[in-house]
Amino acid sequence: MTEWANVILQGVLIGGLYAMFAAGLSLIFGVMRLVNIAHGDLIVLAAYVALIVTQALGIDPLTSLLLVVPMMAVIGYALQRGLLNFTLGEDLLPPLLVTFGLSIIIQNGLLELFTADSRKLQAGAIEIETFQLMQGVWVGVLPLIQFIVAIAVIAALQLLFYRTPLGRAFRATSDDQSVAQLMGLDTRHIFAMAMALSLAVVAIAGVFLAVRANFDPAIGPARLIFGFEAVIIGGLGSMWGTLAGGVILGVSQAIGAQINPGWQLLAGHIVFLVILALRPQGLFPKVSG
Amino acid sequence: MHDHPLLEVNAIDTYYGDFQALFGVSLRVEAGQVVAVIGANGAGKSTLLKTIAGLMQPRGGDIWFDGELIENAPAFAVVKRGIALVPEGRRLFPSLTVEENLKIGGQLGRPGPWTLERVYELFPVLAERRNLPAPALSGGQQQMAALARALMANPRLLLCDEISLGLAPIIVRDIYARLPQIVAEGLSLIVVEQDIVQALSAASHVYCLQEGRIALQGPAGELTRESISAAYFGV
Repeated sequence: MTEWANVILQGVLIGGLYAMFAAGLSLIFGVMRLVNIAHGDLIVLAAYVALIVTQALGIDPLTSLLLVVPMMAVIGYALQRGLLNFTLGEDLLPPLLVTFGLSIIIQNGLLELFTADSRKLQAGAIEIETFQLMQGVWVGVLPLIQFIVAIAVIAALQLLFYRTPLGRAFRATSDDQSVAQLMGLDTRHIFAMAMALSLAVVAIAGVFLAVRANFDPAIGPARLIFGFEAVIIGGLGSMWGTLAGGVILGVSQAIGAQINPGWQLLAGHIVFLVILALRPQGLFPKVSG
Repeated sequence: MHDHPLLEVNAIDTYYGDFQALFGVSLRVEAGQVVAVIGANGAGKSTLLKTIAGLMQPRGGDIWFDGELIENAPAFAVVKRGIALVPEGRRLFPSLTVEENLKIGGQLGRPGPWTLERVYELFPVLAERRNLPAPALSGGQQQMAALARALMANPRLLLCDEISLGLAPIIVRDIYARLPQIVAEGLSLIVVEQDIVQALSAASHVYCLQEGRIALQGPAGELTRESISAAYFGV
């Protein structure tokens, strides 16, 4: 019994990380209908940026977020203004192709610079600290911090979207680009702000990913899949749904792995496919069209 | 000091791809003036407003607004200078509440008489429904909200594209009855209408578009019914 409680708890906590993978993806799609195939590789890029920052300054990974988050946000703004804005239009295909190419460029660029060796961010003693929640059920401190940060990120995005002028501009631009321009909104800037925000979340996700496990230049696409699955399970356009989607995916994988270690990824994909088949709009859909 | 008109459109040609929608269209609006643009479906009325508002760039001709050339400025820059468009079909933002729609109209913070309080005074029904999502409003209320949203930008020139479209005549009269109040705040107006009677009663000067060209223009009081129907239908 406690064995299963442990398994499910671990699944829930890792679900927070998946929700952070998904939030940035969902935000970009919501604001500008851009499917960012390079999202997973940008997560890995953020991990390498954190690696450089922690090594150069001798600070721990969580502190490095203070630098990595703004750096990734600036990269996001520049990427959107300098490249992705030119791919947006009636056709959904050009951004898909360009971000696919970007994914390959990032992977190979990282491979050139850092080789294919596995790396990991060292967070020190906190990595293995745990406490007992109840008899036989143990919680890792770092996974718990990761989950709390994920909730905070989702809550912050929710507030930003529904309580601030920038969020209003995001929603208006998402609704109707040309009328948004009539309101004096420069949509190129709005899109770039959305990408900056997306990559700020990516930076947090990337650092937690890199503290939790080994990473190398090739693991991006799998993170993209997890992010996609969490978005679809939760329902497009719903931030809290994305968190739920991440948790469902995490728990499914944990249960699958408990039954048979080879079934971890398979179980997650199966649950995703079942939900897609039975409820294609996701569990908590927000957008209808 | 101001010897030039507020808006001067000189011989603009506007295209949709290879299709030419406007052929050398010229138009003037003086400060404080209400100008009507009439014409049948597809005559180029909406295209003319979109070109002035910066949603479309003309290939030929030029547009002066308050002494500055604006024909190549994008829409978000044109509204900063003081031209607001009430688009055809209202086009409120469906995922925003009524009040959020109004606030986004005023997000540039241009100084002027129009504030949330003032537009709620003009359209009290919007105040009652401020927290509803925009699609929950009736057609007439949505049109009021679209008009109020444009006013929130405190424009010097307001472009209204078919504000009577799809609305009951009594609601159209209600909306038109408020135009003098709006113009009294010192702004100029271009109204595009298919409803000729409505347009003639609201405006001091009328332009009639026919297949992308100005077929007739003159002071509203001086145009005869015959000349208008000839210009309108091209017969």
